[in-house]
Amino acid sequence: MKARTKFLVGSGIIVATLCMLAYVGFTQSKTYYHTISELPTLQGASLRQRMRVSGNVRAGSIAHRSGEVDFVLEEQNKTLPVSYIGHDPLPDTFKDGAQALVEGKINPDGSFVAEQVQAKCASKYQASPTGSPAAAQPGQTMNGAGGSGLPNKS
Amino acid sequence: MDIFGSFALLLALLAAVYAFVAGIVGIVTRRTVLTKSARNAGMAVFGLVTLAVASLEYFFFTDNFTMAYVAEHSNRALPLFYKFAALWSGQEGSLLFWSWLLSIYAFSALFLNRKKHPELMPYVGVVLAGVQTFFLTLNNFVATPFNVLASANSSGVFHLARVTEGNGLNPLLQYPEMVIHPPMLYLGYTGFTIPFAFALAALLGRYPGEKWIHITRRWTMVAWCFQSIGILLGAHWAYAVLGWGGYWSWDPVENASLLPWITGTAFLHSVMMQEKRGMMKVWNVWLVFTTFMLSILGTLLTRSGVISSVHAFAQSGIGNWFVSFLAIVLAVCFWAWWMNRDYLRSDNQLDSLVSRESSFLFNNLVLLAACFAVLWGTLFPVLSEWFTRSKISVGPPFFNKVNVPIALFLLLLTGVGPLLAWRKTSFDALRRNFAWPLTGGVVAGVIAFIFGFREIYALICLILSVFVTLTIFAEFYRGARVIANRDHTNILSAVGDLTMRNTRRYGGYVVHFGMVLVFIGIAGSAFNKDIQMDMSPGQSLSIGPYTILCQNFDQVANDNYQSERATLEVFRNGHSEMMLYPQRRLYLASQVTETMVAVQSSALRDLYVVYAGRNPDTGKPVIHAYLNPLVKWIWFGGVVVVLGTGLAMLPNRRAAIVLRPVQEKSWGDALPATSPAPARRPESHD
Repeated sequence: MKARTKFLVGSGIIVATLCMLAYVGFTQSKTYYHTISELPTLQGASLRQRMRVSGNVRAGSIAHRSGEVDFVLEEQNKTLPVSYIGHDPLPDTFKDGAQALVEGKINPDGSFVAEQVQAKCASKYQASPTGSPAAAQPGQTMNGAGGSGLPNKS
Repeated sequence: MDIFGSFALLLALLAAVYAFVAGIVGIVTRRTVLTKSARNAGMAVFGLVTLAVASLEYFFFTDNFTMAYVAEHSNRALPLFYKFAALWSGQEGSLLFWSWLLSIYAFSALFLNRKKHPELMPYVGVVLAGVQTFFLTLNNFVATPFNVLASANSSGVFHLARVTEGNGLNPLLQYPEMVIHPPMLYLGYTGFTIPFAFALAALLGRYPGEKWIHITRRWTMVAWCFQSIGILLGAHWAYAVLGWGGYWSWDPVENASLLPWITGTAFLHSVMMQEKRGMMKVWNVWLVFTTFMLSILGTLLTRSGVISSVHAFAQSGIGNWFVSFLAIVLAVCFWAWWMNRDYLRSDNQLDSLVSRESSFLFNNLVLLAACFAVLWGTLFPVLSEWFTRSKISVGPPFFNKVNVPIALFLLLLTGVGPLLAWRKTSFDALRRNFAWPLTGGVVAGVIAFIFGFREIYALICLILSVFVTLTIFAEFYRGARVIANRDHTNILSAVGDLTMRNTRRYGGYVVHFGMVLVFIGIAGSAFNKDIQMDMSPGQSLSIGPYTILCQNFDQVANDNYQSERATLEVFRNGHSEMMLYPQRRLYLASQVTETMVAVQSSALRDLYVVYAGRNPDTGKPVIHAYLNPLVKWIWFGGVVVVLGTGLAMLPNRRAAIVLRPVQEKSWGDALPATSPAPARRPESHD
């Protein structure tokens, strides 16, 4: 075989392996984004998806219970009761009125169980976006499971 | 005074437009007076943007809160250092900062080459002027930093607002490290414009390949070095400040900074194929184009909010500008390549799979695969929304599953590549070069296995890291021994001599070694432990070899903040080793809460303790302790990478003797697909 052919075969094997790994990783971590208004319309398999929902934290709704933190997200006059059951502390930016992104699953009764919560400062600054990584309003993310470096199990 | 700054910006834009137009006309009509004038205009942009930046900084220093941008990002009590850095803390200012750094690079490129490459530089000037025109257009019309705060009175006349205090800088940003991270990253991003300009210019001007590839390689190393520093500083800040125990979360903005770094790395390697064997010309040109386009994509992702991330939630219209610019750049690159593709024909072909060329090819293949995977994963929410109705995102499991094996394969290539010869390596040479480093690696792996380390990827990483380290050591030793014997000096000074004769090669080995250290540091995360517990004074928890005793829990208050603080004593083997004070502060002025992590970092592990708030039921403070092995190796490895890059950029100490007569080829000749004698270019190093 010419060297070039051998190289192409080798590349093909590598790429195929990576595609397989990518597919497995994808199915393990794919998360659907839904708005609060969409949630009641979900049916069937969509109800069991891992999903992300964003909204603003309703003032006064944050309640720390043992093992979980309950709060209510609202967006466009729709509300969603959320229970955060993650291991890590909530981000410092998480408070009344903050814009939050929760990731987890929805319960049959319509409430949300969150494993991860990200929050951004309630905007005291001008509404115009500040986009650079050094933006005046960085959000923070708290993970139920860490995401850095090598996986704990392969 | 604000008129001064905005006028300077407008002039800068005009200068860039002139440089662009006069440059093109000068090239087409072959009038050097025009191309020289265009070059001067291109250099003048630097002076003008500097004036604009200086005037904005002046407003920061003089607490001029009539300027909207200053009012938004500064306040009177802010330390001077942070007032200076507030320039890049928001959209308008950071875009101005980008234009400024770009103008510094453009000025340097034009100035340093003012007496060289006369057929190439006019084209370079035009490309640089084009890019600068885009960013200056944004500065002047889309995200203007010199807006004043004004309101209309009852008759509709605008008056300047009397604002005596600003909003201040977010306390999360008031860290020296967070101040350095954006400039370094921007120096990386903007820096990739220069090799792009040279590559596109060479293609448009059909300039001899071996000449532009050297310049391009050098500038890419500069940008790559800054990008590496920027990425590592960002990771360190996330680790030391944000308090979730990790340093990388595959956040879209993090990924955006990684993408051009990956293709830049690929280019720095494949460029050697072009220098030595005249191969991969089309590939290299597109690699440089892609690196530049990815850096534009990076800033697009960060600023436009098209992908939600911890860094940027909000939507912004500025994304459309970047998308349009990207489309124009792609169209120009494609057109330039299509019109000149015969100029990029390869001189040689791949002779054997067991050759250095092959290792570079695999290096590029997997790096591009990683780039593609990260890009795809990052853009997936946007793509999935286009093609299906739902917005789907992927998380760390996806990125880790693909990138960890790629990283390990790259590690293998790092050891194997330098041991292979160009064209074809004999089996004897293979056996001679590989045997003992590989044995060393496997031995290390077996020892670790016996000691109970069973994580498969971490074990492979260890084996390969030892293998690569031994090959690097062997390279230095072999070369140094020859010099030491010949010159009768000791081995250490021979190493120095060896390195300075061929800084690129041996500097490159130092960079490889730095990357090995970084990989080992990352591999440590496979063994992370953590534990969370309520702790009142007198209670203790155990993690790894440490026992943490809660001594006290108190509240501290001053003008700046109120904080809840735990006083912890850490014991190991019964001896008290250190005190840690994790706390949580509420900054009074901005009402921002911030967690102060208490980290004790050693070569073996980091003890990382966070005060996680109070347990709502018991009122007791909750302490979250992490044991992160080997994290310090990442930062240390990063330093080695930077030093190695610096070393590789130094000029060689002595020119080597050219041992073969040079075959000067004319670019019109088509070369046969396989030539019996390789086309050697006079090279003092490889």
